[in-house]
Amino acid sequence: MMDFATILQVLDSTVRLAAPLLLACLAGLFSERAGIFDIGLEGKMLMAAFFSAATAAVTGSVWLGLAAGIAASMVLAGVHGLASITFRGNQLISGVAINFLAAGLTVVIAQDWFAQGGRTPSLLGGARFEAITLPLADTVRPVPILGPIYHDLISGHTIPVYFAFSMVPLTWWLLYRTRFGLRLRAVGESPEALDTAGVSVVATRYAAVAICGVLCGIAGAYLATALQAGFTKDMTAGRGYIALAALIFAKWRSWHALWATLLFGLLQAIALRYQNLQIGGVPLPVQLMDALPYILTVVILAGFVGRAIPPRAGGEPYVKER
Amino acid sequence: MTFLGKTLAASAALALIAGAALAEPAMVYDLGGKFDKSFNEAAFNGAERWKAETGGTYREIELQSEAQREQALRRFAEAGLNPIVMAGFAFGAVLGEVAADYPDTKFVIIDTKVEAPNVRAIEYSEHQGSYLVGMMAAMASRTGTVGFIGGMDIPLIRKFACGYAQGVKAVNPDATVIQNMTGTTPAAWADPVKGGELARAQIAQGADVIYAAAGSTGVGVLQTAADEGILSIGVDSNQNYLHPGQVLTSMIKRVDIAVYNAFTAGADLETGYFVLGLADDGVGYALDEHNAALVTAEMQAAVDAAKAGIIAGEIVVHDYMSDNTCPVN
Repeated sequence: MMDFATILQVLDSTVRLAAPLLLACLAGLFSERAGIFDIGLEGKMLMAAFFSAATAAVTGSVWLGLAAGIAASMVLAGVHGLASITFRGNQLISGVAINFLAAGLTVVIAQDWFAQGGRTPSLLGGARFEAITLPLADTVRPVPILGPIYHDLISGHTIPVYFAFSMVPLTWWLLYRTRFGLRLRAVGESPEALDTAGVSVVATRYAAVAICGVLCGIAGAYLATALQAGFTKDMTAGRGYIALAALIFAKWRSWHALWATLLFGLLQAIALRYQNLQIGGVPLPVQLMDALPYILTVVILAGFVGRAIPPRAGGEPYVKER
Repeated sequence: MTFLGKTLAASAALALIAGAALAEPAMVYDLGGKFDKSFNEAAFNGAERWKAETGGTYREIELQSEAQREQALRRFAEAGLNPIVMAGFAFGAVLGEVAADYPDTKFVIIDTKVEAPNVRAIEYSEHQGSYLVGMMAAMASRTGTVGFIGGMDIPLIRKFACGYAQGVKAVNPDATVIQNMTGTTPAAWADPVKGGELARAQIAQGADVIYAAAGSTGVGVLQTAADEGILSIGVDSNQNYLHPGQVLTSMIKRVDIAVYNAFTAGADLETGYFVLGLADDGVGYALDEHNAALVTAEMQAAVDAAKAGIIAGEIVVHDYMSDNTCPVN
């Protein structure tokens, strides 16, 4: 049923679908490792998708678009930080508010600016990220097995995809091999220890939330300027929530986040390619494939496959003296 | 007649006249949004045309959630708006209840059948229009494989798919039609990223013409088709202009005319059940300067012959919704 070329195509699709999930998942990882729960990933991505597409459409430059997307996402991250760090509000409610704000605001602004019913004009040429061909891709193509893998699967993606995958080792290095990473993890487990050591809890948490904003911004810009050519209403379509599920599935670890998002991406890619999958004569409905990421997350949360323990101080605003 | 009687009758007549003069029509759009470049936008264009030609005003609402359906209809009916036009099959269940509560208000529902004395239900023979664009797809295809991408998996969309497949097979019995649905929830109407990915999967399987009947998800399908250098077919509104020279044609459904006619008739609207097909120009294929180079004379002749055949009853296109099966795949 599946030949080598088909497997490559499905994996290629997996990479494209996993990249925004991976970026959002790592964004959530930074934030939640620092003790700030963030269910506003979806809203930040959506806002970034809109502002990147709008700026790219007006200026014709995808890089300015990317910058605007990141800036918009960071503004929302700042709001979340202000609500949950400075004013010690409920982090879940602040996240929900951000999602609603982004869903409504993007359409209203888009309608006001472009009058195309809450979408941006289609992006052309330099206003989009083009697929890049890695060096030697065409030369090594005739090599059996490895050639097609390099040419079709590894080469031919857009810059944000390569950035997303390179963020995985970078995140690991930052969290486990730098002083900043140690402090960031400490502030999520035991902020009072960090405070005792004389490090600012507030500054560390804001830094984490800001990194989260940058990564969500890139994820949103990727959706609107690389995968698609322009913004449409609600175009993130729940990817921020799947990224949250992936984060739990990955038990808040960077390499696990890569595998979790690739798995979720693969499930989506298979569901898109084979709408009525037959396994051993039993038809698997496409709805099951769509629901599988969530089912797997529930299984993990229920403790069947090891325990998923969130950062201990997660969701708790830090108060200096009790 | 006593004085009191006269006064009452006069005031009642006055109230009626006042009511008739004040009655504005209303338009309710479905979740896809007024500017989906497709189905709802066609309805919007009809309403705008009426406004431009008559100078009248109308009220409108874009639904944001399922829960607003009944509320929106009741609010408009209580505000005295007449007639109330709603675009979308999903209003069917709600309208059945609401229509009975407001017997003096005329309702127009597009895309499903609701039987009530004050309801005008309009359905389209999308299978006929899809048959024509299917023929064009098969004639334009070099690989012998064409694709169909639907939005939410509902019988109405399967009706599009089935008509399309029949058209393809009529031209090339050996052709392969790859069919995909985007999802099973209303979110499937607004996920261009997923639409684009589905298009890529179909292209990988050899499709070189893809027909999208998927609301704004279709925008993603058309975009990806244009990026990958294959042809696409738009739906509901004329979408040829989205990617000039790369959209083969659009299966147009004249929702705008239905809305325009309803608004023009006002409160005197004729109620009942109407099916608009090729014969009434309710559906058709779009030909304009953006796709003129793609549609060959031979293609146009074949399609126009088939259109005449369908109208004359010589060609029967099977309607998926009549028995929920499709004779071809």
